[in-house]
Amino acid sequence: MALDDRKTDFKFVGTRPDRPDGLDKVTGRAKFGADMYAPGMLHGAILRSPHAHARIVKIDTSKAEALKDVKAVVTRADFSDEVEFKPGLEGEFWNVLENVMAGEKALYDGHAVAAVAATSALAARDALKLIEVEYEVLPHVTDVDKAMEPDAPVIREGAADYSVPEGMHPNVVRYHESGHGDVEAGFAEADLVIEDHFDTEATHQGYIEPHACLAMLGNDGKGELWCCTQGHWIVQKTCAALLGIETSQLRVTASEIGGGFGGKTTVFIEPVALALSRKANRPVKLVMSRSEVFRATGPTASASMDVKIGMKKDGTITAAQGVFRLQGGAFPGAPGDFTAMCAFAPYNLTNVRQVGYDVMTNRPKQAAYRAPGAPMGAFAVESVIDELCNQLGLDPIDVRLKNAAREGTKASYGPRYPRIGLVETLEAAKAHPHYSAPLKPGQGRGISCGFWFNHGGETSVSLALSEDGSAQVMVGTPDIGGSRASMALMAAEVLGIPYENIRVTVADTATLGYNDVSHGSRVTYASGLATIKAAQNAVEKLCERAAAKWGIPVDAVKWENGCAVPSGPNAGDFDPLPIAEITADMGRTGGPISGHFEATPEGAGVSFGTHIVDAEVDRETGKTTITRYTVIQDAGKAIHPTYVEGQFQGGAAQGIGWALNEEYIYGEDGRLQNAVFLDYRIPVASDLPMIDTVIVEVPNPGHPFGVRGVGETGIVPPLAAIANAVSNAAGVRMRQLPMSPPRVLAALKGDG
Amino acid sequence: MVEVHLWSGLRSLTGGREVVEVEASNTGELLRELVRAYPQLEGPIQAGVSVAIDGRIIASGLTEPIPEGSEVYLMQRLRGG
Amino acid sequence: MSKIHVTTTVNGDEVDFLCDPRETLLDCLRDRLNLTGAKEGCGTGDCGACSVTLDGRLVCSCLVLGVEAEGKEIGTVEGIADGDVLHPLQKKFIEYAALQCGVCTPGILVAAKALLEKNPDPTEEEVRYWLAGNLCRCTGYDKIIRAVMDTAAELREAV
Repeated sequence: MALDDRKTDFKFVGTRPDRPDGLDKVTGRAKFGADMYAPGMLHGAILRSPHAHARIVKIDTSKAEALKDVKAVVTRADFSDEVEFKPGLEGEFWNVLENVMAGEKALYDGHAVAAVAATSALAARDALKLIEVEYEVLPHVTDVDKAMEPDAPVIREGAADYSVPEGMHPNVVRYHESGHGDVEAGFAEADLVIEDHFDTEATHQGYIEPHACLAMLGNDGKGELWCCTQGHWIVQKTCAALLGIETSQLRVTASEIGGGFGGKTTVFIEPVALALSRKANRPVKLVMSRSEVFRATGPTASASMDVKIGMKKDGTITAAQGVFRLQGGAFPGAPGDFTAMCAFAPYNLTNVRQVGYDVMTNRPKQAAYRAPGAPMGAFAVESVIDELCNQLGLDPIDVRLKNAAREGTKASYGPRYPRIGLVETLEAAKAHPHYSAPLKPGQGRGISCGFWFNHGGETSVSLALSEDGSAQVMVGTPDIGGSRASMALMAAEVLGIPYENIRVTVADTATLGYNDVSHGSRVTYASGLATIKAAQNAVEKLCERAAAKWGIPVDAVKWENGCAVPSGPNAGDFDPLPIAEITADMGRTGGPISGHFEATPEGAGVSFGTHIVDAEVDRETGKTTITRYTVIQDAGKAIHPTYVEGQFQGGAAQGIGWALNEEYIYGEDGRLQNAVFLDYRIPVASDLPMIDTVIVEVPNPGHPFGVRGVGETGIVPPLAAIANAVSNAAGVRMRQLPMSPPRVLAALKGDG
Repeated sequence: MVEVHLWSGLRSLTGGREVVEVEASNTGELLRELVRAYPQLEGPIQAGVSVAIDGRIIASGLTEPIPEGSEVYLMQRLRGG
Repeated sequence: MSKIHVTTTVNGDEVDFLCDPRETLLDCLRDRLNLTGAKEGCGTGDCGACSVTLDGRLVCSCLVLGVEAEGKEIGTVEGIADGDVLHPLQKKFIEYAALQCGVCTPGILVAAKALLEKNPDPTEEEVRYWLAGNLCRCTGYDKIIRAVMDTAAELREAV
């Protein structure tokens, strides 16, 4: 995208209208995954392994099948046998198939082994009890460091890809190493070098809506699927592959989605429901329970990390090095590479080296979670920087400003940065009243920066004009947090018609071209760019009709405030022609007017944020209270500022949960101990303060209006910022998340 | 000729080199030529890579032009959440 | 299994349904009465997405059996608006963008309405503790709390 078609003065963009789906969402009308019903519908249920690692010797489904309420039972044999196993992430279809229905082995507590469809949900659950599975229990491992030890049980031979150096345990399946300069020379130049070890536990995305779908598939290979997903084309493609049907014969409709945060970018129950439906020849509804969500859908990876940073007395970082070991369950995919690439990205470093490991264990297959991999690395790196600042008596924002990456800086992951907004967020943090506000006794303040790449991805948008001059926009990215409002604002900006005259619909897979998932903070960027381009395409056609009517060349017509107007005094003297007058007779002046745009935009633009946190530690109980929180982040251009603030606040709140409470707890038996919200405690309203936000706008050259994605970066700084605040309040460096009361208490007593 | 900077984990596949040179005018050609010159790079390129041209990250596109003299980095394929 | 006949009142309308004695009130509202506004987020009374009122008392409908609704008055999100006039809470939730995905919204609205009927002038802390049983994963609660506080202020002025 050329810089010169970038707009800077806006009429609609930057305003805060009500979201178009507001009424549906406050009245209970909005249809989410579990809210769809079909005539003759059956209810599905899935039998799951109680063992962390076990060979499946035999599955006897005959007693379940004998029940009159049971209409179908499926096991792995009911899925395609043509999906090929490949190492690493190349064979992702095989990995997903193996995850949605176990083959020879159950690989984690909660792994699906069989499923039934029955006339009621209760009958389906009763039938599961009649399925007899004979297991040969195998040794298991759930800890990342233990999984890399020579005597660790092997999850799956041959899963490692090209990148893994020889001699590593087969559970190490991918390896990343990058950086530049000479770190040893850099450490030698430093006045102070700190090296430390950090651990984070796996956390779940914690969307309130469990996975749910309604599936219909016939023996003719034609199917319909309704499901809650971040991307229905990936669901279509994956389900078709796993069931051995043609992709285009499966029509997938995305329901309203009750949160995703990365966790709904793949499939879990959808192929199972389709397989049951095919066998029963009836629609099948399948809804996960919360404990199934915890046990069998993607938490994020857990991490074990070593970070070493050298600094001069003036705050200059001379060298930085990190080793990041990420555990992503029984399949390749833990984002060790991304942790490594993002960890030092905020800084201008002469000498940097980062290593990332992707390690398999007997846990559920990790799924993306908001800036996957980045928060853990930032926790380790920003903690060490904080400790260096403390020991050298330096201001943590000044030190970050001194070392901050700017336009032209060689990034820790290789290339030079284009225009970025890190310095602007740091300057805004320094100037913010929060940073200079006095702290009470027992409180500590923490700062952290955070980085995320952002993403473009395949995108198609269609826009159709109605005879009355209103517009309907069809996008392919499920609306997770108000994106229909931002699409309508961008379309209104180009068309020059009121926001209310535009209806944005998330189209199904049969009515629009392929769209990548709503992930990578890409929706406002990529679907937004495509919406703008589709609207511009429609405007070109509107101008053509006006030119024909006026009998002047099309390049003598321009579009202004929803009207065609002559481009200058020489073009002719015509009154502005409003959109509704052109569309009123469009059927007789050349046919219906639509605009389209399809592309894979490649200018997402990386994003940075800086957070300031105050925390208070109760020295008797070890409980931490967040007393003040400020998020400062570069949004490029905020299309609907209220929803941008919402993304900042939501990211911070999830980060607070990750930092203070949330963790996957496994017993010695390899079973998940806390698979309910009571024991896996996400932040509740009384845990949090108001979360202040500052939107910094450093335009992204890759978007016509300057947009940078905002969804993910907000979860990168909180872990470190809170750890720094708690460490400063407690007077002890916290190196392990979550900083739950027992762990803080132990640290205070000096045995943490 | 385009100078391509690799991430250091790939050195073992290019005989220790972290910067290699190939003839290419767009991203697709670049990846093809890299595999031709260094067949062992097929693994990572099959697994998915992104290409940064003068700091602009091309996540997956094979048709992006590479202007003469630009700074080119091969990166792990970008993924989102 | 034989089903039980239940007669109850939902949002002022008398309704009846047949249900298995093991079915929850939430299942009955959704699967028997097609009222899908209340959501199941956990099934264990931890998330509040299924909040309804039972004879005026705020409950998690996933922890109530369908048969317990016999002779009771139930209020759900579908009954908050007065015909085509939205309740002030509903208006403020839209205005404040107090929802992102919106799946927790029905439960939060039912709970917040119950709060304001009991306490028309709550402090921020009171709102936070009252809504502590309603999980929201998207918003960080900031805009929800502001919307509830502002609705309370508006309702007080209207009196």
